[in-house]
Amino acid sequence: MTPAAAPDAPLLEAVGLSRLFGPVEVLSDVSVAFRRGEVHAIIGENGAGKSTLMRILSGHLAPSRGAIRLDGAPLALRGPVDAERRGIVLVHQEIMLAPDLSIAENMFLGRELRRGAAVDDRTMNARAEEAMRVFGVDVSVTVPVQRLSIARRQLAQIARALGAPHRIAIFDEPTASLTPVETGALLKLIRELKATGIAVVYISHRLEEVKAIADVVTILRDGKHVATSPAAELQPVDMARLMVGRDLLALYPPRAPAPTGEPAFVVSGFNAPGFAESASFSVRPGEILGFSGLIGAGRTELFEALFGLRKGGGEIRLNEAAQRWPDARSAMNAGAVYLTEDRKGKGLLLEETVATNLTLAALERFQRGPLIDRAKEGRALDEAIRRFDIRIGDKGILAGQMSGGNQQKLLIAKMLLLDPKLVVIDEPTRGVDIGAKQQIYRFIVALAAEGRSVIVISSEMTELIGVCHRIIVMRNGQIVGEVAGDAMTEHAIVVLATGVDVSAGEAHK
Amino acid sequence: MALALLCVLGVLVNPRFLGLENITNVLARSTFIATIAVGQTLVIVGGGLDLSVGAMAALVSGLVILFLNSGLIADPTLLILAAMALSLVAGALCGLFNGLTSTLGKIEPFIVTLGSMGIFRSLLTWLAQGGSITIKSSDVRAAYSQVYFGDLFGVPYPVLVILGVAILGAFILYSTAYGRHVRAVGSNEDVARYSGISVARVRTITYVLQGLCVAIAVIVYVPRLSSASSTTGLGWELTAITAVVVGGTRLKGGVGRMWGTIAGALILEVIGNIMLLSNLVSEYLIGAVQGAIIIIAMLAQRGLARGR
Repeated sequence: MTPAAAPDAPLLEAVGLSRLFGPVEVLSDVSVAFRRGEVHAIIGENGAGKSTLMRILSGHLAPSRGAIRLDGAPLALRGPVDAERRGIVLVHQEIMLAPDLSIAENMFLGRELRRGAAVDDRTMNARAEEAMRVFGVDVSVTVPVQRLSIARRQLAQIARALGAPHRIAIFDEPTASLTPVETGALLKLIRELKATGIAVVYISHRLEEVKAIADVVTILRDGKHVATSPAAELQPVDMARLMVGRDLLALYPPRAPAPTGEPAFVVSGFNAPGFAESASFSVRPGEILGFSGLIGAGRTELFEALFGLRKGGGEIRLNEAAQRWPDARSAMNAGAVYLTEDRKGKGLLLEETVATNLTLAALERFQRGPLIDRAKEGRALDEAIRRFDIRIGDKGILAGQMSGGNQQKLLIAKMLLLDPKLVVIDEPTRGVDIGAKQQIYRFIVALAAEGRSVIVISSEMTELIGVCHRIIVMRNGQIVGEVAGDAMTEHAIVVLATGVDVSAGEAHK
Repeated sequence: MALALLCVLGVLVNPRFLGLENITNVLARSTFIATIAVGQTLVIVGGGLDLSVGAMAALVSGLVILFLNSGLIADPTLLILAAMALSLVAGALCGLFNGLTSTLGKIEPFIVTLGSMGIFRSLLTWLAQGGSITIKSSDVRAAYSQVYFGDLFGVPYPVLVILGVAILGAFILYSTAYGRHVRAVGSNEDVARYSGISVARVRTITYVLQGLCVAIAVIVYVPRLSSASSTTGLGWELTAITAVVVGGTRLKGGVGRMWGTIAGALILEVIGNIMLLSNLVSEYLIGAVQGAIIIIAMLAQRGLARGR
């Protein structure tokens, strides 16, 4: 350990932190220093120890060895409340808001403003509105949080965390569910925080974003400290190499040329009341079609309505036959599956085993009389683990204990047991580390190569451009345009998604 | 394990506890709760709750006895068999009512079954005109009493019933696709829906199965007292839920322990029995002890979960 001889002494310091879970060391001897007015990014694959480190720094977890220093003095945090009192706030990756309370009520939960004996709703609402406006989001702060999209909940959560007085702000994957515009607003906010002398710790998978915002980057791998260096000296490709510990092949696999042939799946004039209006599009066998748009554009809702998961109606044809899908089962029977963006809430049973999750949607194929054929189930699991490279040490592990990448692979495997002709994947790489991302892109391309029609919904424009043949853009519930081939550029998509030509100097409101 | 401990305690308190007669008696008496609790386990694992089981048992008992008294079939054996069939049909219909009202009406099962509890019990009180309904024919009564007091190779019928219902319940919950769907629905409704499982159908069927379990309990219960009144099955719903929870099933759904439920029902009955046989604690405090058991069971579970 080199002594802190720098002129600007660290505000918060991790000194040789280690943490054991049972016999497994998930963090070993990590030392990092965070300084005032500096954005310090922590990057690494899932399981690299980022979250563990953050949970120790924010008092959620006690270290097995090592120490934390605040202003050079050793600090034993008694819990997250203690950490907050000392000015360390953590913006969680998971949404942690009371779903029945409004944005304003959540934002001031536990620190309500009072007027006499009653709570002062008027002031709290006004302040909450102000906080949300910083993100350029126009949203009613009195609506229960559960009626908001995930992105808005995320923003509300950030606003809540920053509502407390703080000197150190830790962001854990804050942009995982945000669109470029909202991400831009958040990065601007972080720059402002930095300018006021706050130490910002920033965890992200998105290396471009890290490059854009961070002053210093620390890379963790397998619980160990790999490198800390000024962001200016690292390119995203270097970061990826250090994270994975080997050179990454191209992130996106080579694509087959766009198929020509008759469309397999044709939607015309489909409505999802309140979310999407008269949507019409089609996709061919072997084609990968992207759906882009800002959060709240109605992409997810359109497909949920198509698959009978929420209210909606319109004309659907699959291989010439008219379809009516009142629930997911009827769509599955017709050969169409939808993989939800909300893996943990709607995709997998977190408290059940991998095998139970794998066969849940196709259970009738694993029945022998009234019994479940466990041997067949076991074989299907082995096959899925092999084909999709699901990395689990122990087959008895619960789905909730798996990494994001493995969960996504499991969800893909689960739905592919139905051998669908049409696969819709919503946010395939959200919360997934870069190694698994690369594999998932290969799976998507392979699905199309097998002659299936694939639709990818994503907020990451680069991945749509990387894997799709064609991209449809939605705005405010409407399909507003389509780009294909070389015309698929981030700029073209942003223009369609926002309705504003950013390069023309007209900023988004 | 807790059950074994209790049995040791029972012997210490009163040597008569392990007498064949006493054990048979305890098992037979726990039949009703154990049988109903098997159904309740399925309902709770599926994310529901059924408060109406006690009242349902009373109503179905009343209907069965009225049928027995109607003398529609002359031969007592056939009459009793028909009454049993009627019991199953009536129980299934009551369950279907609960299931459809809560799933199609999208009403909390707590509320629905609170409502049907009132309906069922009041219907019985009306049928009995405020009094009790009793089997009139002594021939029928004598023939039917075999079902509760009789035995097969020395094993009393009620014990066979518990065993049969429990094996069937465990089979449904652990070995069939339907059982796995029940767990999925109780564990996370959205995941089930997105996996193409009909949540409403799966839940409704749990209530029908619960109704059938109540009907089976009634079939064994009627010959015991040969009558039904407005106090029949009073409080059974809470005792059954207690058995389920003490057995380790999670009240929120998703996780079920069928054999735990049976053990839970036996524990409750054994405790009552020990208290009757001993003079340590007043038998009027049985309710308090059972209440304490629930809380202790929960604390123990929490401790185990944390220790892991």
